[in-house]
Amino acid sequence: MIEAIAFYTFAILTIAMFVIVVMSRNALYSMSALAAGMIFISGFFFLLDADFLGVVQIIVYTGAVMALYAFAMMFFDTTKEVKEKNSSNYKVFLLSGLSAILLIIIFVSPIISQKVQALYPMKENIGNTQSIGIVLFTKYLVPFEVAAIMLLVAMISGIVMASKRMDESLTLKVDEEIQKEEVK
Amino acid sequence: MSGAYVIETILKILIVLGLFSALAGFATYVERKVLAFMQRRLGPMHVGPYGILQVVADGIKLFTKEDFIPQGAVKPIFKIAPVITAATAFMAMAAIPMFPEFTINGYTVKPIISDINVGLLYVVGVMAIGMYGPLLAGMASGNKWSLLGAARTVVQLLSFEVVTGLSILAPVMLVGSLSLIDINNYQSGGVSHWLIWTQPVAFILFLISGYAETNRTPFDILEHEAEIVSGYATEYSGMRWGMFFIGEYANMFTISFLASIIFLGGFNDLWFIPGAIAILIKVFFFIFLFLWTRAAWPHVRPDQLMWLCWKVLMPIAVINVVITGIVLMI
Repeated sequence: MIEAIAFYTFAILTIAMFVIVVMSRNALYSMSALAAGMIFISGFFFLLDADFLGVVQIIVYTGAVMALYAFAMMFFDTTKEVKEKNSSNYKVFLLSGLSAILLIIIFVSPIISQKVQALYPMKENIGNTQSIGIVLFTKYLVPFEVAAIMLLVAMISGIVMASKRMDESLTLKVDEEIQKEEVK
Repeated sequence: MSGAYVIETILKILIVLGLFSALAGFATYVERKVLAFMQRRLGPMHVGPYGILQVVADGIKLFTKEDFIPQGAVKPIFKIAPVITAATAFMAMAAIPMFPEFTINGYTVKPIISDINVGLLYVVGVMAIGMYGPLLAGMASGNKWSLLGAARTVVQLLSFEVVTGLSILAPVMLVGSLSLIDINNYQSGGVSHWLIWTQPVAFILFLISGYAETNRTPFDILEHEAEIVSGYATEYSGMRWGMFFIGEYANMFTISFLASIIFLGGFNDLWFIPGAIAILIKVFFFIFLFLWTRAAWPHVRPDQLMWLCWKVLMPIAVINVVITGIVLMI
């Protein structure tokens, strides 16, 4: 009973939040709703007794959405509404509707044909943190390491792109020096 | 889900909420007094004996001040930002075991609201969400100082979160569990079993990142009075500002509890001192340390914070994890 109430509460909240993300013209509303929606999703993990995944969802998306805010801060005046360029509303509704239906078909068809099985079901006496570790470092070791290498590559390329003037500090310079360099 | 369980949980929530809101007020008085004595002043003296009723006077002032929202602000976000800070600070306390178990009339009470098996991660994650309060406040205020404060919030969160995670990883590897109760029981053998002796580096890293997480002085760049007026809180007054304040002090207590439980033996009995009093002593020592640092250290600049977190603390934390792993394998 309590689980059902919690599920529907979280479901309604999540959908409402993501509707705001798509519909709102204010970047600040959209991003705050995105952050809230991501956190409400973690509620489903907690309901399924997957505590570890729930907490990881919270931690990962706190940092990720926070980085989005930083971009919004740089590119928009977040207290004003953004003017969107829509050639036609019909196109937007048609495309988004089609992709929504596709997604629903992809996720519902295995449920209807009852071909969803747990390949690695939870064992007794093993906590969910441990069982994730066991699966991640035995069955899925190669994808895990490949993902790690991809992240490393992304990080190094980010550092290389940002590090052109890393050895000098802009904060320590006097304003005049910076202006001189800009003139050059 | 028995009725007794529901009533017990609601009672615990009310006690935590009331107690720590009151303690936050009291901590402001203690902070003023400690700072004053360190600077050879007297601090608040006029309201009540030794100024102890200053807390009440401040409370009345906060509650009765005009509720004010600037015209250029984004109103819903502006209103919700302080609530996020205060709410997440108390939500984080839900997974902290404050005291050892005790019995009243044969009914065993566990002084923890919810014993989830990933307690430590939960507390750290929810405290990190608290940083959304200053961020949203700064971005919604429509004020340049506030926006600078918000930008600094992003810098601070992205810098310290990695260090917090990596520094608690090493003790967690030793204990083999993320539950704070397990971590506490691991150190039940007395002072020589405390994790601070085996993980001194992790302890110092955790404290430093804890100071950054609670915006306490060396990393007080969000509302640096000398640089950006009051940072994210520039446009706030009255009870909305008060909620930021309560959130900050509740976070201080959370970090103190975490540091005591993970590294200093938690609520285990200490020599002849019973566990409940032992953890209180440890927590108040850490609160005093917060104030002491505030009196002794200057602010850092944002670029110094990033330099410290990414170039110094994070490599040390990674090396600490690797060494712990090697020692565990041997």
